[in-house]
Amino acid sequence: MTAPTRQRPTTGEAGIGTSPVRPDGVSKVQGTFAYAQDLERPDMLWGATVRSPHPHARVIGIDIAPALAIGGVHAVITADDVPGRGVFGLEHPDQPVLADETVAFWGEPVAVVAAEDEETARRAAAAVVVEYEELEPSVDPEEADRADDVFRRMRIRRGDQTLRGEVVVEGVYEVGMQDQAPLGTEAGLAVPDGQGGVDLYATSQFVHVDQEQVVASLGLRPEQVRAHPTGVGGAFGAREDVNLHIHLCMLALHTGRPVKMVYSRAESFTGHVHRHPAKMWYRHEADREGRLVRVEARILIDGGAYASTTSAVLANACYFAVGPYRADSVSVDGVGTRTNNPPCGAMRGFGAVQVCVGYEAQMDRLAEELGIDPLELRRRNALATGDRMPTTGQVIETPLPVLEVIDSLAAMPLPDAAPGTDLPGGSGLTTEPQHVIRGVGYAFGIKNLAFSEGSDDYAEARVRLAEEGAVVETAAIEVGQGLVTVLAQITRSALGVSRAVVRHVDTSRIGSAGSTSASRQTQMSGGATLEAATRLRDRILERHSGDDLTDEGVVRGDDVVVPMTDLIAEAWEETVTFRHPATEPSDGDGQGRVHADFAVAGHRAVVDVDPELGLVNVVRVDTVQDVGRALNPESVRGQIEGGILQGVGLAVMEELVIEDGVIRNPTFTDYLLPTILDAPDVEALLIEQDGSWGPYGAKGVGEPPTISSTAAVAAAIRAASGKPIHRVPVRPQDIAF
Amino acid sequence: MIVEFTLNGEPAQARVVSPVSLLDVLRDQLQLPGSKSACAQGECGSCSVVFDGEVICSCLVMAVDVAGSSVTTVEGLGEPGVLNAVQEAMVDAGAVQCGFCTPGIVVAATELFNANPSPDVEEIKEALAGNICRCTGYGAIVRALQGLAEGSR
Repeated sequence: MTAPTRQRPTTGEAGIGTSPVRPDGVSKVQGTFAYAQDLERPDMLWGATVRSPHPHARVIGIDIAPALAIGGVHAVITADDVPGRGVFGLEHPDQPVLADETVAFWGEPVAVVAAEDEETARRAAAAVVVEYEELEPSVDPEEADRADDVFRRMRIRRGDQTLRGEVVVEGVYEVGMQDQAPLGTEAGLAVPDGQGGVDLYATSQFVHVDQEQVVASLGLRPEQVRAHPTGVGGAFGAREDVNLHIHLCMLALHTGRPVKMVYSRAESFTGHVHRHPAKMWYRHEADREGRLVRVEARILIDGGAYASTTSAVLANACYFAVGPYRADSVSVDGVGTRTNNPPCGAMRGFGAVQVCVGYEAQMDRLAEELGIDPLELRRRNALATGDRMPTTGQVIETPLPVLEVIDSLAAMPLPDAAPGTDLPGGSGLTTEPQHVIRGVGYAFGIKNLAFSEGSDDYAEARVRLAEEGAVVETAAIEVGQGLVTVLAQITRSALGVSRAVVRHVDTSRIGSAGSTSASRQTQMSGGATLEAATRLRDRILERHSGDDLTDEGVVRGDDVVVPMTDLIAEAWEETVTFRHPATEPSDGDGQGRVHADFAVAGHRAVVDVDPELGLVNVVRVDTVQDVGRALNPESVRGQIEGGILQGVGLAVMEELVIEDGVIRNPTFTDYLLPTILDAPDVEALLIEQDGSWGPYGAKGVGEPPTISSTAAVAAAIRAASGKPIHRVPVRPQDIAF
Repeated sequence: MIVEFTLNGEPAQARVVSPVSLLDVLRDQLQLPGSKSACAQGECGSCSVVFDGEVICSCLVMAVDVAGSSVTTVEGLGEPGVLNAVQEAMVDAGAVQCGFCTPGIVVAATELFNANPSPDVEEIKEALAGNICRCTGYGAIVRALQGLAEGSR
């Protein structure tokens, strides 16, 4: 990574702008860090799930007797045993905790069991006899659209709808179903408290919403359920929804024993939501100078069997359907269908990834049609602060350096135009070097940061003084991104002390931090932490008439007038609920102040392609990203490199293959993930600008790396192969035939 | 049956009553949860251990087959309480995010550096080709190990 465009001073040792080692780094390299998978209680039982072998069927009857007859089996629970609300769901509760009359997707939970050990639990689950009457599954999203079987329709109309451009390009683009595939599968432990309540330690991105859903489905009082943040092995959106949480708590209360459950990889592929597959029709119209006059899009995403976050993903896809470009006239129609395919929901990028594949292909085609350099075409249309969003009409108030991103990316050095020595196809040595063609492609993406459409988006954090230093208490989930590092950095800088630690506390001891998603925690929990630390410092200095707060205590003039030990004894603490600038739902034409903030990024991919065999080697991906301010440059780089590789995965290899509603490749043998040999070299340039509402001007950085990296690789393959490439992942046959 | 083997340099015993993997025995019976189970198919390397001098996926080895063998897990690397050079380089370079792949990568990389103290980047990538990381994009891992290799040249 080269230096940021604007060098900034760092604030204090291990404060913001520095990259201290992560506090959990040592335990993670030693293998002692406790993930949900590693939790144990001496008297615990193991849970297992009975899943539907059909994508659509009526449940005629369930015979649990054969399972209960197995020695060591303590409970078999079906829909009849759910004490409270029978359904759950992040936005609209519509998914049965356990299937009742029908099953609507392959792998849907029908019953759960608890037994003395894992093996017995698995045997018990296999012994439950479920009689089904198979029904015709709805597996074609376009048919579902025609039948109006949908979760949401979106309509955006902005500008004069009669405007027409002189140059027109039209195209249809598709994106396959990607899986988050976090390395840690779903896992958890529920412990009954002996008084009718339960403590839950489970993989999550959002413990407060887990707690609410457990409370509802178990029919308990809120104070009876405590959800505890625990060690999480990656997330990327897969853990925003409840899966085993309610099951575990039911089994624990039913048996009076702690119950642990860990999904296998195959179960994980059915047990969490996926990235929505999409089909998009686009029509771009421009004048002869290349200014976008009108963009028209129809976007279909398949939500699968249950609602999850399909409404919000569809809205995002539509709001960002034009990309980071101006357009006078915009028309977008979107639909999120309901089928018997696997349920889809949140994944890093959240709707903005799919449309970028479409609009960036269109921009390249428009450039070709006009005879204008593709980067120049984008410059002529680049959005800027003060502009209105082409879709919602919202005025962009925070810095949005689209032009700077384009220019900086164009200025980054390119490798040789000749193909490299690492051949596509790797060690198979099937490729003949003389046939390999190098291609370069660019793409730019935009996405909202934090929650939108009028949701009351807030995060609570507490900062207090204790023996171990300044302690940040939060329920914001660390999924690997480094929140535990950055919240401590903010506290050091704002409070003026060198020792700061982050301590996760359960849902009963602090208010919600909201979800670890939408690139939001550095801005939201970081914002709450900054405000709490700042207020704490101000209050302490006011009380003790001090000039400064240091590790030694309150300083007045040159003297320490109140030592830190006294301040600790005074038990200072400050709790803050942070909210970003309010948003509002859009009107019937999709217009309104819908989003709190935006970020832009660009990617340039260099690929080597074997056009005969259809093989691709992604050589390098360079990037420029708008980060507001990099509070921890090393963590930002980690997000950028990791996000790019997930984008590369979607471009060339990652796809859940669904046939008649059944996932054909729910294993790491068949769902291909990029290895170290597939990873391109990455050079990243950060653009730092003041003006965002995040702490010290920080913007969220987690999602932008995934938005346009896929589209950039697709563009590079297009350039190398000369093939239209209207679908990702790009398959060998898309290149070779 | 009782399976006797050497685990992290000490004699160890496992009671094997059903067809379980070495990984299951390590995690469930011998209280060594550092080796992670992420795919149980030998595809991701999260459960990597050194088995008679070779890095293998412990999910693919039947527990009965370790009788008389020597096994080193992430818990057995370096001196107790002290990070080895690979572990230290990984932490310093920001090569750890969620960390679920990290023990396997540390095991594989430590074995690489034991055999070759200054591997080049191709050798580093070859040694880690069986370890999937979903968070980092591998960049920081390569930088960590390259830095270590350069330090020993």
